[in-house]
Amino acid sequence: MALDQSFVGRTYPPTEPYEVGREKIREFAEAVGESNPAYTDPDAAKAFGHSDVIAPPTFVFSITFRAAGQVIEDPQLGLDYSRVVHGDQKFAYVRPVRAGDRLSVTSTIEGIKSLAGNDVLDIRGEVHDEAGELVVTAWTKLVARAAEEA
Amino acid sequence: MTAKIAYDDVEVGTELPAQSFPVTRATLVRYAGASGDFNPIHWNEKFAKEVGLPDVIAHGMFTMAEAIRVVTDWTGDPGAVVDYGVRFTKPVVVPNDDEGAVIEVSAKVAAKLDDSTVRVDLTATSGGQKVLGMSRAVVRLA
Repeated sequence: MALDQSFVGRTYPPTEPYEVGREKIREFAEAVGESNPAYTDPDAAKAFGHSDVIAPPTFVFSITFRAAGQVIEDPQLGLDYSRVVHGDQKFAYVRPVRAGDRLSVTSTIEGIKSLAGNDVLDIRGEVHDEAGELVVTAWTKLVARAAEEA
Repeated sequence: MTAKIAYDDVEVGTELPAQSFPVTRATLVRYAGASGDFNPIHWNEKFAKEVGLPDVIAHGMFTMAEAIRVVTDWTGDPGAVVDYGVRFTKPVVVPNDDEGAVIEVSAKVAAKLDDSTVRVDLTATSGGQKVLGMSRAVVRLA
């Protein structure tokens, strides 16, 4: 069933702040096999001009994706999540995410399309810090495969 | 931002050092924990097959995280990344054996842009299949 086009442009309330911790960044960096000291050593991060350890570029997805859950689970939208695959992902960084950040995400539905029976949903997540400054914008394309294709 | 590569030292076509990233079931379990993405298609073979996949597959975001390492290892400062996007074209299938799968990533400078930035185009394959499409990063050089 095609998704309701009237949801395009809908913005959801900002999420409660996510507090970025040094040890969470370390855990993520280790999980992807990263050895760049900017992720684990505050002095190395400072040598690059950052105020504390920074997070790998894709780390922020775990925060934006959780926020996108507001959209995905919106019963009025009616997306069948069991049929959803991740189509595209894009990030635009104003600055890297760093330890100590308290990040809040505002999700907006940018587009809904129906292509060959598949529903294609574009969600933009704007990630702001505690001062209200934009840190990262994340664009996530989700594709809900047509039921016939099962 | 203090990238160790100077804008003036690169030209269109400059190749970045290619890298190979191994991925096993253990890697995926670790990534699931660290990222909070516990979708069973990334660790439960029975579930993956029930939803029509050939086997357990790697998180697309894991592949995306590995691919950008070719760029951040080159620039030194990961904060040099201004923009990064990919299309997930094929899943990375991870068999339950000692070897798992390997993600091969190569990259080259595709365009020199304003403000000391360059666009780097990435190619990621696994088992000879292209797993990321339209994979591009913009990075600020010294």
